Amino acid sequence: MTIKGKAYIAGAYEHPTRHAPDKTVAQLHAEVALGALADAGLTRGDVDGYFCAGDAPGPGPASMAEYLSLKLRHVDSTELGGTSYVALAAHAAEAIALGKCNVALITLAGRPRSEGMATGTTPRLRDPNQPEAGWEFPYGLTTANGYAICAMRHMHQYGTTPAQLAWIKVAASHHAQHNPNAMLPDVVTVEDVLNSPVIADPLHRLDCCVISDGGGALVVVRPEIAKTLNRPLVKIIGAGETVKHLAGGTFDLTTSGAARSGPAAFSESGITPADIKYVSIYDSFTITVLMQIEDLGFCEKGAGGKFVADGNLISGVGKLPFNTDGGGLCNNHPANRGGMTKVIEAVRQLRGEAHPAVQVKNCDLALAQGTGMQLGTRHCSATLIMERQ
Amino acid sequence: MPRTIPAPVVTVETQKFWDAARAGRFTVPFCAACGKAHWYPRAICPFCDNGSIEWREASGKGTIYTFSVMRRAKEPYAIAYVTLAEGPTMMTNIVDCDFDALHIGQPVMVTFASTENGPPVPMFRPE
Repeated sequence: MTIKGKAYIAGAYEHPTRHAPDKTVAQLHAEVALGALADAGLTRGDVDGYFCAGDAPGPGPASMAEYLSLKLRHVDSTELGGTSYVALAAHAAEAIALGKCNVALITLAGRPRSEGMATGTTPRLRDPNQPEAGWEFPYGLTTANGYAICAMRHMHQYGTTPAQLAWIKVAASHHAQHNPNAMLPDVVTVEDVLNSPVIADPLHRLDCCVISDGGGALVVVRPEIAKTLNRPLVKIIGAGETVKHLAGGTFDLTTSGAARSGPAAFSESGITPADIKYVSIYDSFTITVLMQIEDLGFCEKGAGGKFVADGNLISGVGKLPFNTDGGGLCNNHPANRGGMTKVIEAVRQLRGEAHPAVQVKNCDLALAQGTGMQLGTRHCSATLIMERQ
Repeated sequence: MPRTIPAPVVTVETQKFWDAARAGRFTVPFCAACGKAHWYPRAICPFCDNGSIEWREASGKGTIYTFSVMRRAKEPYAIAYVTLAEGPTMMTNIVDCDFDALHIGQPVMVTFASTENGPPVPMFRPE
């Protein structure tokens, strides 16, 4: 059994807002749903499968299914944190391959900016029933230092430098300058990153992603339906997912779950990293990108610092164009979940609909990779490989 | 002024650890079947699934696996993973130290820090 060629991404839509104090989260979900359906040339009545994650208001899919007036025969509310939507695109393909639905709608939306969350720097006790809660919360674990500890270890183990990490932000900013919706549209230099205030050693303010309101949606359909729509054909050809955790206290913090989800996706698709023309890599922080690039096999483990330096991730300049929308580092990180926009920009690239200044030539194979929750403790990883037909 | 440490979550699985901590003893869970120590503590061994866990008093010695000084905080603090002499690596804070002199591989020793209305939590200081 495989999902290779069993489903197509027919609709993709990113909400243009980055600050939405005048809208509800449910309203944003509905706006992106209608946007993605219009992009595909479909309507709400065509949807028979709905997929959402923890950002959808209420437990599971029920509240949003009602708000959107959906009539469903398949639902999936798998929660994998920020990478959920990378995995849900694959889950939609699985459901379609099994005949469980024909038109799958996936939505994401949230308003952390309007709600004023100190998202990355405040310790939060999420659920006292989480078995690890008592062993982490008292120590001031936040989002920022939960990634910084990975960066510190990577630097120790492999000689990675802060300037090399900074190149990831620099590359993202070169792309964001062409995105009129980007929160940070100005090109920055390595020095700008290194001169920005340290948040948690060794990560600077500009090593961190933005906090933004907004959302996005995807429509995944059966091949027969995709071929009747007047849109370029973006075929799902492989996927992988996993959870990487602390394994009873025997872990290597320099490796991400991409080391498992990536090879699974490459194996299913029958291609190798060298075949990929464009990558969307979840960029909650610069270190997140570096580790996933290594773990996906785009360079040797530990060589990521050299690989990302000197503009190698800049479209038209380097060997591995990444996050050509500006990514979470510069463009948008709606609901503190970057997986959706990763898939959307990969779809734009495969369709040839990215901004002309960043469009990758002959982009026939693209990969979207995400990690959700926290790199320095436990996280979910999902990899999705897509092909333009 | 030192940072206020929130009370840890005490459960039926970990009550014995926190009782020992209140008495100033740092204990580590070992599996009676496979003999391995694990972290965070739980009632079932994560390596061999055995349910016979023994709490043994630990040496209190370890080395810094990684760390990060949280600069964007009212009072900067150092979060860290420390690899215990007994084997597993645990999340903690490094205290009583010069933040700028911390380094990976540095030997550290356990110390307990008071919490808000809860048992003290294990932290580490340079040896």
